[in-house]
This record gives sequence, structure tokens and C-alpha cells, in this order.
Amino acid sequence: MSHLLDRLKYLKKQKPESFSGGHGQTTDESRDWEDGYRQRWQHDKVVRSTHGVNCTGSCSWKIYVKNGLITWETQQTDYPRTRPDLPNHEPRGCPRGASYSWYIYSANRLKYPTVRKRLLKLWREAKARNSDPVAAWASIVEDDARAKSYKSVRGQGGFVRSSWDEVNEIIAASNTYTIKEHGPDRVIGFSPIPAMSMVSYAAGARYLSLIGGACLSFYDWYCDLPPASPMTWGEQTDVPESADWYNSNYIIAWGSNVPQTRTPDAHFFTEVRYKGTKTVGITPDYSEVAKLCDLWLNPKQGTDAALSMAFGHVILKEFHVDNPSQYFTDYVRKTTDMPFLVELEAREDGSYAAGRFTRASDFDAGLGQDNNPEWKTVAFDEQSNSFVVPNGSIGFRWGEKGKWNTEEKEASEGRSTTLKLSLLDSHDEVVSVGFPYFGGEENEHFTNNKFADVVHHNLPAKRINTVDGEKLVVTVYDLMLANYGIDRGLGGDFVATSYDDNAPYTPAWQEPITGVKRDVVIQVAREFADNANKTKGRSMVIVGAGMNHWYHMDMNYRGLMNMLIMCGCVGQSGGGWAHYVGQEKLRPQCGWLPLAFGLDWQRPPRHMNGTSFFYNHSSQWRYEKLDVDEILSPLADKSKWTGSLIDYNVRAERMGWLPSAPQLGTNPLELTKAAEAAGKSPQDYTVEQLKSGALSFACEDPDNPKNFPRNMFVWRSNLLGSSGKGHEYLLKYLLGTNHGLMNKDLGEDNGKKPEEVIWNDKGAEGKVDLLVTLDFRMSTTCLYSDIVLPTATWYEKDDLNTSDMHPFIHPLSAATDPAWEARSDWDIYKGIAEKFSEVCVGHLGVEKDIVTVPMQHDTPGELAQPMGVLDWKKGECEPVPGKSMPNLAVVERDYPNTYKRFTSVGPLLESLGNGGKGITWDTKEEVDFLKKLNWTHTEEGASEGRAKLETAIDAAEMILSLAPETNGTVAVKAWEALGEYTGLDHSHLAKPKEEEKIRFRDVQAQPRKIISSPTWSGLEDEHVSYNACYTNVHELIPWRTVTGRQQFYQDHEWMRDFGESLMSYRPPINTKSVNPIMNAKPNGNPEIALNWITPHQKWGIHSTYSDNLIMLTLSRGGPIIWMSEVDAAKVGIEDNDWVEIFNTNGAIAARVVVSQRVNEGMTMMYHAQERIVNVPGAETTGTRGGIHNSVTRVCPKPTHMIGGYAQQSYGFNYYGTVGSNRDEFVVVRKMKNIDWLDGEDNNTVQEAAK
Amino acid sequence: MSYINDLLFGVYPYIAGAIFLIGSWIRYDREQYTWRASSSQMLSSKGFRMASNLFHVGVLFIFFGHLVGLLTPHAVYEPFISTGGKQLLAIISGGIAGVVCWVGCFLLLKRRLGDKRVRATSTKADIFILILLFVQVTLGLLTIPFSMGHLDGSVMLLLAGWAQSLVTLQADAASHLVNVGFIYKLHIFVGLTMFVVFPFTRMVHIWSAPVKYFARGYQIVRQR
Repeated sequence: MSHLLDRLKYLKKQKPESFSGGHGQTTDESRDWEDGYRQRWQHDKVVRSTHGVNCTGSCSWKIYVKNGLITWETQQTDYPRTRPDLPNHEPRGCPRGASYSWYIYSANRLKYPTVRKRLLKLWREAKARNSDPVAAWASIVEDDARAKSYKSVRGQGGFVRSSWDEVNEIIAASNTYTIKEHGPDRVIGFSPIPAMSMVSYAAGARYLSLIGGACLSFYDWYCDLPPASPMTWGEQTDVPESADWYNSNYIIAWGSNVPQTRTPDAHFFTEVRYKGTKTVGITPDYSEVAKLCDLWLNPKQGTDAALSMAFGHVILKEFHVDNPSQYFTDYVRKTTDMPFLVELEAREDGSYAAGRFTRASDFDAGLGQDNNPEWKTVAFDEQSNSFVVPNGSIGFRWGEKGKWNTEEKEASEGRSTTLKLSLLDSHDEVVSVGFPYFGGEENEHFTNNKFADVVHHNLPAKRINTVDGEKLVVTVYDLMLANYGIDRGLGGDFVATSYDDNAPYTPAWQEPITGVKRDVVIQVAREFADNANKTKGRSMVIVGAGMNHWYHMDMNYRGLMNMLIMCGCVGQSGGGWAHYVGQEKLRPQCGWLPLAFGLDWQRPPRHMNGTSFFYNHSSQWRYEKLDVDEILSPLADKSKWTGSLIDYNVRAERMGWLPSAPQLGTNPLELTKAAEAAGKSPQDYTVEQLKSGALSFACEDPDNPKNFPRNMFVWRSNLLGSSGKGHEYLLKYLLGTNHGLMNKDLGEDNGKKPEEVIWNDKGAEGKVDLLVTLDFRMSTTCLYSDIVLPTATWYEKDDLNTSDMHPFIHPLSAATDPAWEARSDWDIYKGIAEKFSEVCVGHLGVEKDIVTVPMQHDTPGELAQPMGVLDWKKGECEPVPGKSMPNLAVVERDYPNTYKRFTSVGPLLESLGNGGKGITWDTKEEVDFLKKLNWTHTEEGASEGRAKLETAIDAAEMILSLAPETNGTVAVKAWEALGEYTGLDHSHLAKPKEEEKIRFRDVQAQPRKIISSPTWSGLEDEHVSYNACYTNVHELIPWRTVTGRQQFYQDHEWMRDFGESLMSYRPPINTKSVNPIMNAKPNGNPEIALNWITPHQKWGIHSTYSDNLIMLTLSRGGPIIWMSEVDAAKVGIEDNDWVEIFNTNGAIAARVVVSQRVNEGMTMMYHAQERIVNVPGAETTGTRGGIHNSVTRVCPKPTHMIGGYAQQSYGFNYYGTVGSNRDEFVVVRKMKNIDWLDGEDNNTVQEAAK
Repeated sequence: MSYINDLLFGVYPYIAGAIFLIGSWIRYDREQYTWRASSSQMLSSKGFRMASNLFHVGVLFIFFGHLVGLLTPHAVYEPFISTGGKQLLAIISGGIAGVVCWVGCFLLLKRRLGDKRVRATSTKADIFILILLFVQVTLGLLTIPFSMGHLDGSVMLLLAGWAQSLVTLQADAASHLVNVGFIYKLHIFVGLTMFVVFPFTRMVHIWSAPVKYFARGYQIVRQR
């Protein structure tokens, strides 16, 4: 009863016994103190949830709740078992995830809706003047002084508490005003990686889509999208699950730091070594994965493509030419474009260049093909000794059914074929063909290997008679061999006679470039191919984003993809390309799309590719120093390629290749009204206006206030603290606030101005009127926002999560209600929708909106432009929507009913069906089911009788019921729908699971394995692990490319002129951001220019953030960079010194880790270290040090803009420009004055560099 | 004047004693996890051993010196030592221990305020109690010159009378102190205050001094 009284036992007879001769004694003291230990681990309940920064882990965690508070988390261990011969997936997790519960009650937690104080003051004053919130908002943003007063202090704190009612009203008023005055496409939303919490993503996207706002893509913007994948496979990114590593016999981890960034899966990597699998690490730094490998290669950063060219050289020489592997030969014949014919274009010097694929339409009567002959590629058949049109090219996909498959048959009569790979023994002529060579380019930081910039090889060619006269054709196979520098006895320039010859692309050739010894290159190439030959493709490459973040990422990636395809590894268990970066695989995608983009109410949604958006609207193009000449092929006609990079993007938007947002130079709601007034259809009227020049695209005049992205929502993202490439440009131009930009724009610099974009000497600043961020912690992005909404953490909301690393669907569950006044993303957007529906009345009613839609991949639009590129604006062709310019879709928006639509399942699913990736199926059954499951709305109005979407769980059930991956009945329907196209029966893949339905509570009980679906190219099977392209290889489903096969050759005109029709090594570009500023702002300490590498880190990526106190404690308590001992010694820097990192784009202040781990010539700053913890001022800018993206600027690549061309067609998060950043260089120097800029007298002076 | 004298030395001691005992009890029962010495040795050990040992040796001697000196009835020691002799003994031994304690306390205080890590982890109570101890030891040492002025032990008898009256619950305890010097009164007042703050500070560790360790067996196990 009382600790003290219990001890008072002096009146009781006590008998302390002694034993062991008095050495021991007994006691009967109270044991109550032990309860302290017992209670430490007692809890009231355990809930299953996971972490969702951007983690591919999708790990199952037990979240413990005690006394109503979330206390800690531990790993779950109840996954469904794998097969007997395969290790299980669990336990999954990492120290980052394990530290997550710290956030929930930390001081950094956002507790209340808050607004920037100046804005709130303005708002309250405006509300006092105007009873109408929309008028109130107008009175703020239409007054320059008022608008500037709150925009100019963004990023400097000053938030005050508001209420949900008030913030919702401000947001609704701002949205209404923007839609009415400027157009719905001026409302922008950014949220990444839907797979990590798909309902939360859908909440915002659904609201934005219903009001006509534009959702930005993230995958390409993060530069995690490898455009090489859609180019080669017509597939965004599909990869094997991590368990499939265990099926491999030879693994190369190439720029992927598996134990550090894929921690929960790394066990497969080590387990498979016990089977005898060899592992090879290729990373420039001595990264963690190197420790798990038998062999470590460290090429100079950015030169991986040179290495892979040499690997390819050895593989082709030994396994395709000298001693051909039957398996490889059969594989490439059946599954690649190697046997297909490419026509040669004559050049002035008598040599030739490879042109486009030969098409059926080149032949008389299209070789018997009436449907899309210009999209059907041609090969030479050994059996009939004739030119044939094999099944499966993209022309068979649209307009006809049944022949879109990769059976070895020709299409007209269905005869079986054996396509000829090489014309060596049946050529009509041997001709000299020129190949672009980039390895000789000068770059002060990278060693070159000088050869002529066009290298000629002699190729066997056949003569054909086309409708345009006689032409020479060669096969891709012969082109490939020549391109890799394999001589066939026909000769040419720089013929290598052995691996020791320095000729492109021998092992000896790569040595000066990469620094890797030729013997090791030969050894790895041989082992890799030999293993694939013996095991039928069980060689694998695990690759990380690092390789993909270079400007010429396509070369890095295609280099290793080519190796895998040459060796028959793609689509085979234990083989293939394993790129685990950032897309996280939204497995129930087809169920999610209608929810997220409101496709149940109106189609199409408005999408925009993030990179082009930010490049354009944050004015990064105003500083473009990369000349198109620098990246063109030496074979290209340079006079054709004029203008700045932004011009290419503008042309791509105009030609319907890339999307646009804001779209046109006027409010689309007004455009439809004007069309009506003119008595014309909105489409005709728009085309007319565009053609006459009265109307232009918004991207052509981004500094015009009519074209500003006025409202921006950021949720589930730290756009400004992490992924915002060209961070300081965003601050200056989008936000109009304090920034660290030190660059000179093309005006100040007298550079070449764009041709297609109106130039103003002063770029517009502060374009965004309202930046709203949803987060649970005060991130860098929140700091720069106008309104910050406190959202539920991952332990406080119901949601779904999937990954590419394992086949399970996993929940996020609310262990407790959101703390303080936080709400889940679903509830927040629902609240905004409700207020919006109320506020918009009187301003917006039922409106007609015109949406510009690019020609998209997996739609018939991908066949828009088969032959050559024509720009209507230049009068080269007529503007025809969907053909030479974007489609124009009219969408009716019922603004006052936004809330009712938001909260109910709309009618279009019943009338138009559901689908994805080019196939559609009827889904009435599932919608009826949802009506029973979620109940229906009973109140009168737009939602009456429709299934409810009130809660996040209702929304999750919608995803799960509609998706083939989680509803067996739908899976069977989907496979049947695909079968109509291929003419083959695939339904056997789902039939055994037809009655299987996965519900939300099921996945809460245990993660569930999903069902095989044609949305993906692998199988969720009891017998094979998931492996990308498995169904392409084994079910004969074509790849969604021009030839229907894996493509080594890219024949689009832009690809050829930019020198990337075939693989080659291209050195990093020169971003020109160091020299103008090096030694220009001295502080007395020496300076060094280093390559800027920003990999993922150990203490705060994927499953938690870098401001997590526990992680900060394990690391160095704030931002750090890494540099080599050699470089540090050169400029007198010692470990833990404060250093400044800067170039013309901006500056960073951080501490330095000096380590032998790092290569000379580079410095690493781990991705996404917040600028809010332990960051002093930078000396060069005088403002606070920035984030890792403060020294970057996006530089888009024209080949990523290509559209209307089969696999090179736009898809949201699927194809498009990417924000590369690894070619950047920075100046590093020791800091002198450590100024905290806080007036608290903590400033210090660091001693001078020694 | 007499009221204040009664209040401070007749009533206040009981209040202080009550807070000391009941407060300790409540804290022991309710805040078991706070019942500790809060040693900062782990944070900074430089010079700590010297300072802490000096302080503790000194303070323990002084504590028991006061206890025995004040509470032993005159009649008990009279056969062995004269009153003046006892006072001289107290001045010399107490003076030495006082200096030892003062030096230790000074070093500890310097460390507590000067060492960054210790300072950063100190509570207000930690600093307050150390200052209070330092003041009290200083006051104690300051009484010595005054005591030297009357080596006959008369004041000592008054003080002992007061203390013995208190513990034997006699109503007129305060009257013993009416005529003693101000410095003694101040020393006593601060001393009583230490009892008041005792339960609210790390001083509670005194209750749990591990005295038993001297007599325990090597191995202690529970009875069945």
C-alpha cells in the first residue's frame, strides 16, 4: 500500500537466512519495483501499419497503443509464407521506420491549421470589408502591395493558429477566384508516389480533378523514371520482386546500395550467396553494398555507359559471334527487334546513316496489310526467303484484333517464320554506315578517349523496292554488332583485333574513361553471359537511381538493359532488370485511377508532367546554358535544330506530345463560352483561334500573369525541402521570396534567347498566390507555405500501401485518432470540397471546360505520327486535334456539386466501364457490389442512389473492388479483354483465383498477396516469383513498342538526330554553373570544384525524414556532405569542418565528413536533409544555407519530349522529361564565418584552412 | 520581536520537520523514479572525485557532529569533558571538517555552474540546493570567530538546550535563542530551511544511503 510502510517491518519477526557459509543471504524485500519493467512493455492494443515517405519497403509493423497514445512500433512477422525453396519475406523493417513514432508527439508535429500571419491579417480585414469570400480573396491578390506583403516573407516562419472553418474558406475562395478569373488549369497539385498511401493521394487528386485542377507527375520530376524503360519495353518500370533475387545465379548491384536503401529486402541478397550466387558491386564510392559483393568495380562516376559498352562488346563477340549461344540467339530472334529491318539514309560523303524502321507501308500494297501499314515493321524470313510482316508490332494493336502477339508467324497468312538476324550471308551489298561517337568530347572533369566523332563500320545490306524507290536495309542485329565495335570481317574505321586494342568499345578503350581494369571487365562480362547461357537467363542487374540521375541516363540504363537482353535474362526467373527507384508500384492501379482522378464522374483528367512544369514556371529556362548543339548527333543536320531547350518543350506541347498546364493562354471556361457565342464547337473554335495566332499555349508566355499557376497544393511531399530541383529558382519565381540564386539569366548574360517563348527582361516573381501544404511535421515546404494543414501520421489514418519489392497489399491503419486537430488527407480534402461547393455558388455553376490531352501511350493516339515530325505552328501541317496537336476534350464540371461528387461513386464506371493499359472491361457488377458494401446516398441531388465514399475505408474498398489485382472476377475479365487483342487465351492466369476478393479488413488482418493482372508484365504465382516481362516472354504478349518486341533500336527522328537511336557512351554535360563563380566571392580559403552526387541516405530516407531526432543523433545532427581525403587535403578541409557548397544556382552550408569511402573528384550530399536543422548562413548568398537541390537546375532532354510515337508517347508518370541533376558541379570550400542569422550571438569564426 | 523569535525557532522547526518527514514519505511513495542522487559523474568526471569526496566527508562529519553535539544531554558528557573543552573540540574538529566541506562544496558549485554539460543538464533545484549548502557551510564557518569570543561553552549550552527542548516537545524552546548572536540565528534558520527543501531536491538520497552494504552478504537472493 505504501512503499515506505511496506518496508517498515521492524516489528515483524524476520529471519534473513544465510547460506554458503555466510556468503549468501536471502531477502523478502518488496518486488513491486519490477512492475516498472513490466509496464514498460505493456500496451492496450496493437495495430498494423507501415511507413510512407517514399519507401518501397511496405513493411508490416505492429503499432502499439498505450493509454490512448502511440508508444512504439515493432516488426510484424506474420506474412504469408513463400514456397518451400525460398526464404520468407520477413521480418521487414529498418531503423528509420523503427524511429518513426517519435514524430507523433514531437515538438515538430503540426497540431493546428495555421496560416502565415500577414495573410491571415489581410484575410480578416478583407472579410470585414466583403461578406463574399471570393471578393475578399480578390481584394488581396489583385492588390500588388498586399500580395507582395505576404509572398515576400514566405520561408521565414510567422505562422499563427487558425481554424478548419477559416482555412477551408480561404482555400475555397482562392480556388473559386482562380478558376473563375484564370481557369481551373491554374490550380495545381503535387503529390508523389501514390502507392505509399493511395487513398491519401486520391483524396487530393480527386478534389483537384473534379474542379479541373492539374495534378503534376512526380516520377519523372524526381528523375526516378528511367525513360530507357518505356523506350526499350514500352513499360514505365516493371521489376522483379526482391524474392526473385534468390532465384538468380549472378547478380550485379550497379549503383544500388541494397543494404542501405532497400534494407528490408537485403536479406535475399545475402541469402542467395549461400547458394553460390556470385555478386558484383559497381559503385564509384565504397558503398555498403560493396561489402556484400565478391567483386567491387568502381568506375568514375557518370561513366557507367562506357563500362557497359565494353561489357556488351565482350558478350556480343564471344556469345553471339565467335561461339554463338543457341539460347541467346533464339531469345533475341523471338523477343527483340534484332531481326527487324532499318532503312539506310545516304549521306553526302557516300556513307550511310541508319534511318527509321522499314514499314509494311514501304512495300507495294503494304505487304497485304490494310490496317496501320505504316506502323507494322518488317523482317526477312529464312523459311520463305522473303520479307514478311511478323505479328505483334504496334500496328496490330489498334484497329484490328487477334494478331497483336509475338508468335513466330507472319501476319497475312499466319505462316510460321524464322526471322533472320544477320544479313551477313545473304546481303546484296556491303555499305559503310556511320555511327555517332561521343567518347571524344572534351570535359575538364572527365577523361575522354579521342576518335572521330563519326565512326564508320561496313555492314551487310539488302536492297528493297519501296513505294519511294529502291532502298538499302540492314537488320538491327547487324547494326548492334557494328555499334558495339564487333568486326564481322567487313572492316571499317578503328577495327579492334583484340580486347587490348584501343578502339570503340573494347575493354581497353574504356580503361582511361572509367578507370576500371580491362581484365575485370572481361571477367565480369564472361561470367555474366556464361551464367545466363547455362541457366537460361538467371543473371540479374539491380540498379539504383544514381545511374538514372545523369543527363544521359538513357545511355547508362540502356547499356545494362542491352546486356540483359543480349543474354536472354529479361522475363526469366532470377534474371532481368531490377530498378527499384521511387515508383513503388501502385499494384491495384486500375481500381485506384477512377477514385483518384474522378474518372467515375468526368473524363479525361488534367495531368501535367512535373519536370516541364517546374522548368517552365519556375523560370529555370531563363538560365538555360546548355546549347542544343552540344547534345546533337554529329550525324544530324544542325541547321534543323534551332532554339533553346524550352523551345523544344513548347513544340512538344503544341504538337500534342507533352501535356500542358496551365494549358492555353486563356481561361478554358471562357473559351467554351466564346465558342458558343461564335456558334462553333469548342474544338473547332479553339483550333481556329490557335491557327490564327489569336490564342497560344500558356507555355509560350509564362511571364504573363494570365498564365501563372495561381494556386498550389502540396501533400505527402516535401517539394521544397527535397525534390525541388532548382530550389532557389522555385523560391524566387514561383514564391517570390528570399532566395540564394546567383546566376545570370540569358538577358544579363547575352545568351541565345528562346524562339518560341516571349522574353521579358524581368521574369515574373511570386506567381503562386496560395501555397497550401498538408503535412504532419513542420517541413521545409511547410515553412514556405501560406497555409499549413496538420494531417494524420501513418499511424493515424486508414489507407493502402503496395510496393514493387514484394507481392503483398498492405494497410495503413489508424491506431489512434489524429492527435490535436490533425485530420487525415481524405478528411481534409473532403472538408475543402464541402466548403468549395458552398463558396463557389454565384461564381461558378455548371461549366464547360476544355482540356488539352496529349496523344497518350496505350491509346490509339500513340499511332498519331508515324513518319516524321511536322509542326502546325510553322505551317508544316494542319492543326488536327489528336493527330498533329493535342486532343481537345470538353468536360462538364458541376462546381456546386463538387462535394456530392467527391463523396460518391459516379455513373461513368457503369456506362463506360473501367480499364487500364489500353484495355477496358465492364464493371457494373463491382459498382453494384460497392453500393451494397458502402451503402448509398439517400439525400436528393447528384449523389442520390450512388455508392458512398464518406470515409477513407469506403475509398479503399472502391480501389480493392475495382482492381483486378484485388478482385479475382475483375482479373479474369481483364485477362479476357487482353486476349481479344492478342488472339490468345490468358484467362488461365487468373481463373484459379476468380472468387478471391481482398477487402480492407483482410489486409489489416494480414498482408495479402495480390492476383495476377494484365496491368503488369509479371505473374503473382504460386510457382514463380514476380519477374518483369515474364508474360511477354512466356505468354507471347507483345511489348508495347513499335516492333512489339524489346527494342535496341529507337528510330524516331529526334532519337536519331540526338544520337541515341542506339546505345553509346556519352560523357556528362557541362552545366556551366561553376566557372563563373569559382574564386569570385573569396573568403580566404581555397576552393575546389567537385561533382555533385546526391544519393539516398542511411539516417533519413524512404521511411522517415532527416529531422528525426533519433536519426540525427545517430548521424551528425544536421546536414553533412562527404568528400574524399585527397580532395579535402587539397583545400585544407578536415573532418567535421563547416563548409560551403555553392555554384551559380545557390549555396549550401553543411558540415563535412572526410572519408576514404569517397572517390576523388566527387562530393556526396545525402538526399533531402532539411534546411531547418543546424544550418547556418551561407557566406556567398548572405542567406541561410539551402538544401541539396539549391545548387541544381533542371536541364530537360528533347528526346524525352517525343510523343505520338508508340512507346515514345506521353503517359502520366510514365514518359516525359525528367529532372536530372548528377552532371552538376559545385565549389566546396571551408567556411570562415559561421553566422546563424538569428541575432542570438552564437556566431563563430572558423580557423583558416591549413 | 519575541513573536518572530517564537515563530522562527519555536514553530518553524516543527513545520520544517513535518515537511521533511511527510514530504519525504510522500515522495518515496509516489515518485519512486525520482528517488535518486542524480549524479552527474557520467557527464563530466574531471576533478569530480576530489570535490565530491571532500564535500561528502566534510558534510558527514559535520552532520554527525551537530547531531551528537546538540542532542547529547549535558549530564551525559559532563563526567568526561568540560563544557569549554567540548566547545573547543567542536570548534577544532568541526572547523577542519567545515573547511574540507567548504572546499568540496565550492569545487562542486564551480563545476555545476561552469561545466557546460553539467550545467545544461542541471535543474533549478540542483543549483539551488548546492548554493544553499554552500551558504550554510560558509555561515557555519563564520560562527567560529564568534564562538572564539566565549570559549566557556555558554552559547553552546543554549543551542543544545534549544535543540533538546525541540525534540522533547517543550513549548519554550525558542526562548533559549533569544540572546544568541545573529549569525547563529541565521545559521539555524538556513539549516531549518534545508529541512524544508529536502524532500523537493536530490537530498532525498540521504535517506537511502547504502549503509547496509557494509553488512550484506556477497549474494542476495529471494526467499521462496
